[in-house]
Parts: sequence; structure tokens; C-alpha cells
Amino acid sequence: MFDVTIIGCGVIGASVAYSLSKYDLKVLVLERENDVAMGTTKANSAIVHAGYDPEPGTLMAKLNVRGSEMMEDLCKELSVKYNRIGSFVLAFDEENLAHLQKLYNNGVENGVPGMKMLSAEEVHTMEPNLADNVCGALYAPSAAVIDPWGLCIAEAEVAVRNGVELKLNSAVTGMEDKGDHVLLHTASGDYETRYIINCAGGWAHEMSAMVGAQEWEAFPSRGEYYLLDKSSGDIVNHVIFQCPSAVGKGVLVAPTVHGNLIVGPNAQNVATPGDKATSLAGLDEVALVSRKSVPGVDLRQSIRNFAGVRANTSEADFIIRPSANCARMLHVAGIKSPGLSAAPAIGEYAVEKLVEMGVELTAREGWDGKREQIRFKELSIEEKAAMIAKDPRYGRVICRCETITEGEIVAAIHSPITPCSVDAIKRRAGAGMGRCQGGFCGPRVLDILSRELGCDPMQIPQDGAGTELLTGVTKGGNKA
Amino acid sequence: MTNIICITCPKGCHLSVDENNDYAVTGNACPRGEAYGKNELKNPVRVVTSTVRVEGADIPRLPVKTDRPLPKGKMMECMALLDTITAQAPIKVGTVLAANILDTDVNIVATKTL
Amino acid sequence: MKYDLVIIGGGPAGLSAANAAWEDGCRSICIVERDRELGGILNQCIHNGFGLHFFKEELTGPEYAGRFVEMLKNTGVDVRLDAMVLDVTPEKEVHIVSSASGYEVLEAKAVVLAMGCRERTRGAIAIPGTRPAGVFTAGTAQRYLNIEGYMVGKRVVILGSGDIGLIMARRMTLEGAKVLACVEVMPYSGGLTRNIVQCLNDFDIPLYLSHTITDIQGNERVERVVVSEVGPDRRPIPGTEMVFDCDTVLLSVGLIPENELSRAAGIEMDARTNGPVVFENMETSIPGVFACGNVLHVHDLVDFVTAESARAGKAAAAYCAGVSLKNENVLDIKNGNLVGYTVPQHIHMDAEFKAVDVFFRVRAICHQSKIVVKDENGTQIAAFSREHLAPGEMENIKLPRVLLDKAVGSITVSIEEEK
Repeated sequence: MFDVTIIGCGVIGASVAYSLSKYDLKVLVLERENDVAMGTTKANSAIVHAGYDPEPGTLMAKLNVRGSEMMEDLCKELSVKYNRIGSFVLAFDEENLAHLQKLYNNGVENGVPGMKMLSAEEVHTMEPNLADNVCGALYAPSAAVIDPWGLCIAEAEVAVRNGVELKLNSAVTGMEDKGDHVLLHTASGDYETRYIINCAGGWAHEMSAMVGAQEWEAFPSRGEYYLLDKSSGDIVNHVIFQCPSAVGKGVLVAPTVHGNLIVGPNAQNVATPGDKATSLAGLDEVALVSRKSVPGVDLRQSIRNFAGVRANTSEADFIIRPSANCARMLHVAGIKSPGLSAAPAIGEYAVEKLVEMGVELTAREGWDGKREQIRFKELSIEEKAAMIAKDPRYGRVICRCETITEGEIVAAIHSPITPCSVDAIKRRAGAGMGRCQGGFCGPRVLDILSRELGCDPMQIPQDGAGTELLTGVTKGGNKA
Repeated sequence: MTNIICITCPKGCHLSVDENNDYAVTGNACPRGEAYGKNELKNPVRVVTSTVRVEGADIPRLPVKTDRPLPKGKMMECMALLDTITAQAPIKVGTVLAANILDTDVNIVATKTL
Repeated sequence: MKYDLVIIGGGPAGLSAANAAWEDGCRSICIVERDRELGGILNQCIHNGFGLHFFKEELTGPEYAGRFVEMLKNTGVDVRLDAMVLDVTPEKEVHIVSSASGYEVLEAKAVVLAMGCRERTRGAIAIPGTRPAGVFTAGTAQRYLNIEGYMVGKRVVILGSGDIGLIMARRMTLEGAKVLACVEVMPYSGGLTRNIVQCLNDFDIPLYLSHTITDIQGNERVERVVVSEVGPDRRPIPGTEMVFDCDTVLLSVGLIPENELSRAAGIEMDARTNGPVVFENMETSIPGVFACGNVLHVHDLVDFVTAESARAGKAAAAYCAGVSLKNENVLDIKNGNLVGYTVPQHIHMDAEFKAVDVFFRVRAICHQSKIVVKDENGTQIAAFSREHLAPGEMENIKLPRVLLDKAVGSITVSIEEEK
């Protein structure tokens, strides 16, 4: 019997698991994919918003600002890449300027620190590559860029190291409310739990419907992105938003923590949260709208396009409350933007809610929240030399675009949540994230994975279950 | 009449070869084109390059080739034959792995020293 | 560690540069190669067609590389395998890491950049659709197939008619896969005619020119692709969609010189080649740093890489021996009508040479044409007739010193079609 079972291990499920791991509880995390961070967590703008957007008084406002406050220290503690570079919201006309003033007022009320309205001249001095017709901007120095899947993986690892059980490939297929506990049916077997926390992202409404009537409607909204080569990473120095207008919400242009440039997203309603396809029209729209802010964005430098799906619902705010259907289920649902920014605060808040629902907490003895990750390319020359002397595998560069060594890949493979796919290595060590997109290192990563995991290369997937890369062996291998 | 593209030079003349008229070639800009056109229709040949299994080396496949062109129609037969060969390292480039294959005077040779 | 000459990359370019520098008397040379063996991409290019110009016989990639590796064995050239260059400074310090020797700084008098190129990816050309497994660059698929012995798919559509894609069409077919189509966005093929004939036509694989993949479908593995015809603006034409049920897409959509080290060193780059700007001796904007092979501009034939790299190796040896050319009396080569780029971009007129080989690509297919070289006054200093020019086939002309001496100001290479 588990005390608490978390359904879903995106950044929200991981944040909740991380928060709960501090207490003496038997906690289970169920994830339907073969790795954590497989949904919206790995396909979003990777921004920690300052918190001027949400309506004052909402959960979103409170948790966004609190999450943004917590994020820097948390990332330091967890070795997660984070960079507080600040954000601009650009105005192109008087109407936009008026809207920026409203955002500013929101921000003040929400408790966002350090905001400033910038004149056209100040904007162009700080960001010389912006369009000439930018006539002002709202500057929020507390906004940041982050590695979102890195945060999720790190939090989940700390949770696992502190006793939380994680079951991958465990899609929940049914629930039975037994009064004093709930029986969960999953792809990996049945589990009994006293409480459930529904962190199933875009599929959270389906979880709620397993124990009664559906409590809200899901309106998944897809956003498409371009990711540009590092040679474009310094065209702007801040996160550049556009003032939302009647025509649309605009798209952002921002440097990423990895040194690339991210451009996007648009917003397109889709039928299912699983619809992560990009479209010609969508990418064209992103290209066109982004040039309104930064005319010099060179999309020929694109190294990847992708789409992510927002967990929009029929409710404007985050849905963090006990289920109307089942007193033992806490919903942490409808976590759209600024969900990533709010994630650490959502973790804390969910624990408070659980206490209200009757869970008793005692601190876990010996809880250790520190997580370290060696990034070879960030070491000094002396440190690099010492690292190779200690473990020669750090002298063998596997991913040449990102300078990721065999040592880092092997360390990732033997980390608390064993990665089984080439992309799982990418998310942990960074191999394959660069301009050749794994063209060179892919076969080598696959080889190291199969060696370290002791499995046949044919079984190694690109990413999720069913994405095996190789289809056979040459020279009679299949016939033999 | 068969239409083919001449590959004897980068110009790529579009040749027409008339099988019913002693393989007369038209569309060629030079005599080499005529010769190519006739050969391609009468007795087309290709060098096959592929791999065979290899044991005792760092890599599991040894690159090989036919040491001279093979009748084009025998390419797939040649591939099937390569499925049956397992080379043993160390092996030197040029080593004959199978001689006079498919009733031709063509040999399979290693193209790499392992 | 000190060397006269450090060569970055042990593929065909680096090997040829090393041999040439050794022949010219340079006795302190080190090749730094990131792979476990020399030969670079030739090791996976197991097909034949290499060496017709240089060895006057038809060799496979491994055989061609093997000849150079054999030549190198008779020299005293040092080779660092499994070693990655992290940094080249303008002072010609080469920072490398390897498991065997840790972190090392090689101090060189001269450096030859021979890092080769990489393939353009799906992300670079923004193919819409889902992101399932089964989309590979042709070179990655070639490595799996030829070196590792694995198949990457059973039903294949190839996007791009670059040579690697064409070669892979044949390789996949011979190994039992069904190649359904080769799709090329341009109205002409990017590969050699020989490869169109022997890799596509031999196996009845259709080539769709002026077409592209407009949608990739399938959630886990590729399930199908939509191919559409494109207009002159290379945008898909609605209503022309064809659907191919396939599990694999191979991309052969261009190569990009791998110049991150060059850029970081502050070397002047040419946006047209994506490689360094060089003089007739392959010297870059940093004296004593030379570039050759695919890092300089993408070649179709390795034989030309070998010849170009031998020039770089000789020049590097001369530089180490104390011959340094001043960048004062320089003749610039400019691009005229239909010429996409030239290599070299500059000529040291103070250097001793009898003639300069100028390499270039045209921007469109040209029939019966003249390659015309004019100086700034518009005076024609040389002209060369060609029956056929194509973007997929690198051209070269030889400009004798006597003609170059007559040029006033810069010279411009252009194409004049005769009709």
C-alpha cells in the first residue's frame, strides 16, 4: 500500500514527487512513457516567467511568482541549467503601450520584482537587433531561461534517491475507489494507494473521469517552434515577447540555456494532447511573426523544429483541488503556461493541499536534496585534465557538436532513473542536441547504451516505446 | 528502342538504342557514347560493392567488392552469395574471399585491411 | 608538445596534406583524428568510383583511404587517434583531449584545417509532420549499414538526390529494402549522372524532380510521407500530393563544412562556401593556417580533395620552412553571372606559381557555355568552353600566371551561355 501515488512524471509530477520526498511517506510515481519529462515538459518555450501575465488573485499569479523566486536556488542545488536573463514585452504602437502598463500594474500587484517600462531608446540600446518600430517595452529582470526537462529529471532523481518509487511504462487504465484506499490498474500491474495526485498533464481530465463524471474539458493547444544553431544564440540577450493583441499572442525569440535561439510558438487547437506534429502553415506563421520583433532572425540556421501541446482547459486558472468524484484524489491539472515557472511552488502547494485532505507529514530523516552533474565542456582546462586522469572516458568526445564525453554518457546511463533511449541520453547528457542532431553521435550513443545496459542494439529506441531505430541485421542476420 | 543516359562523361547524353537495328545508337555526342549505348543493351555489367560478416575484428562487417564487373542480372545472386561468407580477421585488402563466383571469372575481394 | 605542422582531421584531406608536407621536407607533423582509425568518411563509403583521376583506377572508399594510410606508414608523421580538438587559437595552439593522453596543447608553426563536413538535417530544412523514429541522414544510415551491419528500414523514401542519397538507394535495395522514390526539390539532380543511372535507374527507383516531402506521418515509426510537387519558388503546389507508405526517410539534402573551430579561431569565412576564405596556396586569413577538403568547400570527388589538400600540405611545409607570403599584392577573384562561389578567393601575386587552379560551382544547369574571366576594366583575360555545366558537378579552370599578370584590379569569373 502506498501512501501517495502521483500519476504522471512531467515537470509537475516530478516537482510534487520532489516535495513529497522530504517526508516520511511511501510514494509511488506512475509514468506511462519509458522516461520522465516526455510530454509538454520536453516541448515548450523553456522560460521562467516573471509573473506579470496572470490575473492578480489567481493561483497562477501566486504560484508563478513564488516559483520564479524559488527557481534559481533550486537549479543551483540540482545542477540544472538556469540563466536569469530578464524579459522584454515589446510594444509596437500606443495601444500596445497601454497594454504593457496594464501588465506592469498586474506585475506590481502579483509581487513581481524590479519591473521597468523602457523607452524606445532604452530598448534599442539594450537589444540592438530588435525591429526599428519597437516603441517601448516592459522589462522584467527576474524572468529566466531554464532547461525544463533537466529540471524534471533532476527533481525526479532526487525523489527516487530519497525513497520515492518510479514506475515507467505504467499508463493508468482504471481506478477503483475502495473507500479507505484506491486500487489503480496500470500497464505494469495493480497498485493500492491511500491518495492519488493527478499530474497527468493533457490527459488529466481522463484520470478524473475514471472515478466519475469528467470535471472539466480539455482544450489542447499546440505550439510550434524553431530551434536555431548556436551561431544565432546571441542575436538577442533577453527573452523577447510581443505584446498580445487582437491579432494574436505573438511569438517569442529567446536565447536558450544551451546557447541556441528558440523562436515560437504559435497556437493551434488540436484534437488530442498527443498531436505534436508541425505544419507548414504553422512554421510559416512562427517565421513571419518572429521577424516582427527581430527582423534578422535567420531561420536557415534552424537545427530542429518541434511542437508541444499546452494543457489548456475549460477553466482559466490552474486546477489544483481535491476531485469532486473521489476524496482521495488531488488534481494538479490544467497546468498550462506559466506552469514550468510555477512548478516548484506547485510542488509545495500540492503538499499543503494533501495535508488539508488528511495526510500527516513527518520529515524524512537524512533527506538529501543535492544533485551534481559533471558537464565536461564547462570545466576549466585543469579540471578537464584531472577528470580524464581520474576516468579516461571523459577524454573521449562522443558528441562533437556539444562536446559531450563518453564519461558523461555513462554517468547518465547509471543515474537513478535509467535512460533506455538515445533521446533520453540527449535530455540528460546533451549528446545529439547540437547542429548535426545526432547524425554523428547517434550510432555511438546507441552502441554505448547497448553495452552498458547489456541489451541488443536492435532494442534501443530513438525515444518513446516503439521507436526502435534499427530494423534488422545485414548479411543474413534476419534469416539465420 | 531503349532510352538510356550515357555516363561516360558528365554531359549525360540521352541515348536511344535500337535493339532491332543492330543496337544502333542515336543521341550520342561522341563515339564513346555509341560504345556505351551498345554495351549497356547487349551486355550490361556492374561492379558490386557490399560487405560480409567478419570475425575477430573491431567491427562486425568487412567491405568487399567484385574484382571486375559482373553481368548486371547477377547482382542479386551475388548479394545472396555474400550472405554465406564469413571472413576471419586479420585480413588484408585484396584477399580473395570467393573465387569465380556464379560461373563467371569474377572474384569477391576484401577492400579493407582489418 | 611542439610540432611544425598540426593537421586537424585524418580523412582524405588530412592524409593528403600530411603526405605532401612530408614529401616537401616537413619532418615534424601530427595528424589529430577523432575516430579510432584514419580515413574519415571514406571508411563507410564502401562503393567504388574513387581514384579515377588520382590513381587512374576505380577504387572503393576504404581502398582509397588505405592507399594513403600505407603511404603514411613510410613517413614519420605522428597520428593521434580517438583525439578531439577542442580549440585552435590564432597563435596556433591546438587544444586536444583523448582518453590516452588527457588534455594536451600542441604548439604548431602551421595548422591545416581538414575537419570535413556534416550533413544537413531534417531541422535545417523544416520538414513538417510528426517526429517518429526512421528519419535518418543518408550518412548516418550508411554508417549503420556498412560499418555496424544494421538495416535502418524496409520501405524507404529518399529526400534529396545528393550522391550519398543515391548511393544509399542502391545499398538499401541490394540489402533487401524497397526504395520507393527519390525526391528532389530542385529541377535537376544534385548528384552525379553516373549515380542516377547506376543507383536509381538500375533498380527502377523513380526520381521526382521539383518535388519535396511536405508531411511526415506516424507516431512511433514513420508510417507514410506526403510528397508534393513544388513551383519555381520551391513551395509545394496544392493538389499535387502523392502518399508513400514507408517506414524510413533518408535525407541527402546537402553538406555543410564543419567550421566551428575555424570560426572560433577568428578565421575569415565565405558565406557562399561556408568555409574559410583562402588564397591560391590554401592559406586562410590567419597566416600559417591552411584549409582544404570539405571543410573549405563541399567536393563531389575525393580525387579533387586529394589534389587540393596536397597543395595545402606543400604550402604548410613551405610556411614551416620560413616562406611566408605578404598579403599586400593580392588579386581578388569575384563571382559573376551564374557562378556560386570560387576557391580560392584571393591570389598572392608575390607568390611563385605557374598557374592557379580555380574551383567553382555554377548556380544552374548550363548547356554549351563559355567560362569567361575578365578584369576590372572588362578586358577578357581567359575563356573556356564547356558543353555542360551543372551545380552538382564542381568545375575548375587553370589560369596561367602570364594571363593573371595582365589583369587590372580584381578578376571576375562568369558564365556566358551560347545559344
